[in-house]
Amino acid sequence: MIFVTVGTQLPFDRMIRAVDAWAAGEGRNDVFAQVGNTTYRPEHIACKAMLEPNEFYETLASASLIISHAGMGSIISAIELGKPIIVVPRKAALGEHRNDHQLATARSFQKSSRVTVAFDETELVEKLRRLDLIVTPTGTSTLASAELIYTIRDAIHQPETPRRRFWLWRRDSAKSREVLQ
Amino acid sequence: MKPRKRSVLAVASSGGHWIQLLRLRSAFEGCQLSYVTVMPPRSEEIQDSKVYLVNDANRSNCYDLLRLSIKLMRILFHERPDVIISTGAAPGCLAVCFGKLLGARTIWVDSIAFVDHLSLSGRIARRFSDLWLTQWPHLDQPGGPTYKGAVL
Repeated sequence: MIFVTVGTQLPFDRMIRAVDAWAAGEGRNDVFAQVGNTTYRPEHIACKAMLEPNEFYETLASASLIISHAGMGSIISAIELGKPIIVVPRKAALGEHRNDHQLATARSFQKSSRVTVAFDETELVEKLRRLDLIVTPTGTSTLASAELIYTIRDAIHQPETPRRRFWLWRRDSAKSREVLQ
Repeated sequence: MKPRKRSVLAVASSGGHWIQLLRLRSAFEGCQLSYVTVMPPRSEEIQDSKVYLVNDANRSNCYDLLRLSIKLMRILFHERPDVIISTGAAPGCLAVCFGKLLGARTIWVDSIAFVDHLSLSGRIARRFSDLWLTQWPHLDQPGGPTYKGAVL
């Protein structure tokens, strides 16, 4: 099953239309799309506006290929699950997002061995014509880099320094909770 | 009496912000952990931790921002965390700003999606963050943000 997703925030009709047209041309009936809050409904592929978190995860896990907007949620999920993914960046000029950070994300993954990038619909269809060339990510953990983890952990456990706290905030007030190790 | 656990409030919007926050969870081991997010998470993601749900908001809707602010203030006063950490976006930015004013220690980890420059939320959170981080080495600057690794 090929799973197409536009994320939780905004629709991405341009990508859905391209996949719908490709599926019609190839006679594919194994494509399922999460299309977001949009009135557009593809004609040749099954779709749903939004998925519950468990449903989304299970659909991702059972997909053989993911086609997605260039959102980090979809990208990281695909990498963690070891799923091949083609990402298409949204463009602010087309009203698809508030800014062009997805273009920058897509460029940063352009040479990646874990993600395939298609900058527009034409390139997306070209990539779909050569599914054997889509890379599959392998061996990625579910944790951030050790340096980042340690930096945050150190910051959390630094000794308390005397500083002024808003009087309702002080943990020695009557309502504060004591939790013992 | 044993010292109490540090309490951490971890705040993130849905999608990439949320999944990046989860990839940091081993930093919260040994802490009293609560989450704030905008969509109900999977139980495997949060395990036994408490989760507060708030409405999402962005700069284009003042009413949503106001509703979000009120909800966050109520959560902050109820939880009174020692540390507030966020990977963005607006809910995290507001939580960090309010939390800093109220005396919490604050950590901002800008989303890995922002490659060329810091996010707007990240730039706003600068003055309210004790630790202000970017996930791209080329964005590291002497006055911050600091690069100390990435979630991927």
